[in-house]
Amino acid sequence: MMDQEHGHVVPYETFFKVWGVLLALTMILTMVSKLFHEALSVWAMLLITPFKAGLVFYYFMHLKFEGLLLKAMVFVALATLVVFIGMLFFDISFR
Amino acid sequence: MMSGPASLGAAAHRDYAGAKIGMWLFLFTEIILFGGLFIVYSAYRSKYPHEFHQAGGELNYVIGVANTLVLLTSSLAMALSITAVQKGEQRRAAFLVGITVILGVVFLLNKYVEWSAEIGHGLYPGGPEFLKLPPGKGLFMSLYFTMTGLHGLHVVAGIVLLSIMLVLVVKQRIRHDDYVKLENAGLYWHLVDVIWIFLLPLFYLAA
Repeated sequence: MMDQEHGHVVPYETFFKVWGVLLALTMILTMVSKLFHEALSVWAMLLITPFKAGLVFYYFMHLKFEGLLLKAMVFVALATLVVFIGMLFFDISFR
Repeated sequence: MMSGPASLGAAAHRDYAGAKIGMWLFLFTEIILFGGLFIVYSAYRSKYPHEFHQAGGELNYVIGVANTLVLLTSSLAMALSITAVQKGEQRRAAFLVGITVILGVVFLLNKYVEWSAEIGHGLYPGGPEFLKLPPGKGLFMSLYFTMTGLHGLHVVAGIVLLSIMLVLVVKQRIRHDDYVKLENAGLYWHLVDVIWIFLLPLFYLAA
């Protein structure tokens, strides 16, 4: 049998640490949005939510250990979405 | 992979990089699918900021946050199961995939309780209370049911997929020298988790 290529083994502890950070960020996000002024909670949302998604992509989805090709593909896909969202807000703000 | 002439040969042909890239390409279509809905949400939120703000406050954010914790923990179990398979810890891997599936079911049960309450109050598209809502709030609730509903369907698909993976792990068809199927199923599950990470603030915390 051939061994599977690129078999990078991520230690259990790494995943537990990432999970702990994700739970903490969720609690922070919830508290900020319930206790503080709306402007602050919007900023918390815009910063914390993509960061949480980034952690899942980077560690849980093994992106950290993938080659440049796959990283570039993911970047282009996400950048495309960001460009469209940017165009939407550009359109809305100049109506 | 194990059927047909290939299984008769000494080594079945495998294309690890191809399998991985193929899965990611599929995930990109999912990102664009939900991305389109996020754009619709943003456009209407900018048109009805107060109505969206109020309607978001009427959702039960405790269920939303609880479900986030459930999905994050299921993602943890999923990620751990890959490490277990890589280390050849077959029983632990099967246990972890099983935990992932169970947490997926817990997520859906929470959704069932939540939607039942809303539907019971006539707050479903076309329902008696729904039709009395001002336009912006009606839009919010429509988007809520569409986006969390589509996400829920993805959770159902993920549970089916991971149940199949669980059988394959138990049958030793997924093992330390061939586990790309489990990795790809895991990628799907994590993406479903990421989508929920964005749905939480948009619907439950945006008030």
